[in-house]
Amino acid sequence: MLNIDNLQASIEGTEILKGINLEVKAGEIHAIMGPNGSGKSTLAQVLAGHESYEVTGGSASFLDKDLLDMKPEERACEGLFLAFQYPVEIPGVNSTYFLRTGYNEMCKHRGEEPMDAMDFLALIREKLKLVEMDESFLKRSVNEGFSGGEKKRHEVLQMAVLEPKLAILDETDSGLDIDALRIVANGVNALHSPDKAAIIVTHYQRLLEYIVPDYVHVLYNGRIVKSGGKELALELEEKGYDWVKDEAVGAVA
Amino acid sequence: MTEKTDRKDWYLARFADFEHSLNGEAATPVHAARQQAISRFDELGFPTGRDEEWRYTSIVELLREDFAPVYAGVDMPSEIESLLVAGLDSHVLVFVDGHYASALSRVGDLPAGVRIESLAARLKEGEMVDGLGSVVADAEDAFSALNSAFLSDGALVKVGAGIELDKPVQLLFVANRARAVANPRVLVQVEKNARATVIESYVSLTSEAHWTNSVAEISVGENAHIDHYRIQDENAAAYHIAALHVREQRASNFRSTCITLGGQLTRNHVHTQLVGEGIDSTLNGLYMTEGKQHVDNHTLIEHTQPHCQSHEFYKGVLADDSTAVFRGQILVHQAAQKTDAYQANRNLLLSSRAEINTKPQLEIYADDVKCSHGATIGQLDEDAIFYLRSRGIGRENARRVLTRAFAGEVVERVQVEALRQELEELVGRRLERVVATVE
Repeated sequence: MLNIDNLQASIEGTEILKGINLEVKAGEIHAIMGPNGSGKSTLAQVLAGHESYEVTGGSASFLDKDLLDMKPEERACEGLFLAFQYPVEIPGVNSTYFLRTGYNEMCKHRGEEPMDAMDFLALIREKLKLVEMDESFLKRSVNEGFSGGEKKRHEVLQMAVLEPKLAILDETDSGLDIDALRIVANGVNALHSPDKAAIIVTHYQRLLEYIVPDYVHVLYNGRIVKSGGKELALELEEKGYDWVKDEAVGAVA
Repeated sequence: MTEKTDRKDWYLARFADFEHSLNGEAATPVHAARQQAISRFDELGFPTGRDEEWRYTSIVELLREDFAPVYAGVDMPSEIESLLVAGLDSHVLVFVDGHYASALSRVGDLPAGVRIESLAARLKEGEMVDGLGSVVADAEDAFSALNSAFLSDGALVKVGAGIELDKPVQLLFVANRARAVANPRVLVQVEKNARATVIESYVSLTSEAHWTNSVAEISVGENAHIDHYRIQDENAAAYHIAALHVREQRASNFRSTCITLGGQLTRNHVHTQLVGEGIDSTLNGLYMTEGKQHVDNHTLIEHTQPHCQSHEFYKGVLADDSTAVFRGQILVHQAAQKTDAYQANRNLLLSSRAEINTKPQLEIYADDVKCSHGATIGQLDEDAIFYLRSRGIGRENARRVLTRAFAGEVVERVQVEALRQELEELVGRRLERVVATVE
């Protein structure tokens, strides 16, 4: 589904990603872990198409198309979804309108009829249950005045409505209390299926107790320095990141 | 001789033409007032960039034009229905090039104690209309003086004590003839415990330059409520100079919404005087400019008595090479203790060439007051654009959604449902154009 080959990217001349290799197949859940500043969020943003980052080398394909050649909205329409670490507040745009506009753009992209307001409301009501959100959220401006937990649940709600093929969750667990974490994880698990894939970007192992990954990768200094199964996450939790750093430095030396 | 003096002479000559057209009316009290006004205009002359009040708004282009009032033989358009607010059941007065068009108007049945009519008949009889000139101060401003000098028609909306007028009053001012100047006067008097909604709209049928020089005088009686709207959507060559003077009595509630979409040069001067206690006064505004449009909103809120609140909220969306000015004066007199005044002016620049000059000006002579103000100037939030794009919404559409939301904050405060819908559409249509041409 996603093939990343020697991907390099920089922001304002500073190289952040120094050659990422990663293959994600349908049905798989990958966790990307690593210390702060290792490039985890950059990878998520580059895959979603943030224009502040410049891709300086390598390639990435998504469903056999050149991902890096697509605009952010095209990537979304093709089925890539990024749950933001810091969801943006958009005053004056209510959540339903925001979601319906995106949903209908995707319908248009697939050559389908857009959904009318009534049908969409029925759809979104159904999805609200998944993230245990109240209907009153729909009338509020996107993320405005939402608590940290509400913002993250709102991201998962969007994911539920847009039904992406590949979901990238960027530090979705940061700032969540245990109840919100459980709700978010349940949502993500419920949306997972054999034809879909997910990349969970996280600093801590905590979320992975709820969303069990097939693979765990450690990103350090712009490169994936270690990959393994779900037990790697536990090892990192126990020992911290230093041993991986030491290994990485040793390997380079 | 400078151009400015030239142009003053031009309007003095137009006044002489006007006097000729009046025949027997020249000896009446109304005409005496006109003569006084033209003398005052002669003394004042047109403002220049040296006048503090006009520092950022140049009227040089306006003074190049040979505009003349239409005295007689107004060409009536056959159809104005599409210019009215769609689906709004209202009392309608229509004015064409400054003159009342009875055939196009629909006043309908009025409750006893309510008058909604043209000023022309009464002015023709030569008697001053009660209250005319009582709220506006001609003496200070050349444009208002010119309006008073050419005073021959306008709208009177009078709602007697205790009457709640159910339907809004719609005053439609149509510019039909190219190169005409209209000097309409609007007089709104809502007495004690009464309530009314008044919508003034200004549109052009001609696509050529014309000038609207309007003056409105509004009296809000004790405990009275007025919801006032002023929508200017004239053509891109139009000049529009407007003065809105409001006097508010004890415990009254006045809401003004000033929407400017049209005109090459627009100046909205709003002056509200809060002369009783316990008043609630709101000034909302939205200006959307494109091309080389210039809009100047000049507001003065004068608190003279204790325990009053004023809320001012103006927003601007500027595209292309357009420019705008916001000057918000709040004057709190010494007696006006416990005043609570809030002012905000927010601007969105859609082009790097657009310019806004915003200036709050608080003058406070009382010591126990709460006054706050804030002005912002910004571009669309790139993070928000990316967020929308990551949800499948294209860049152009994302810009439109965000700009619409920005303007929507003013439009959603419009209390008249049909008008709000119409404005949403107008704003939407404007954004289709503006956002599509953004660099």
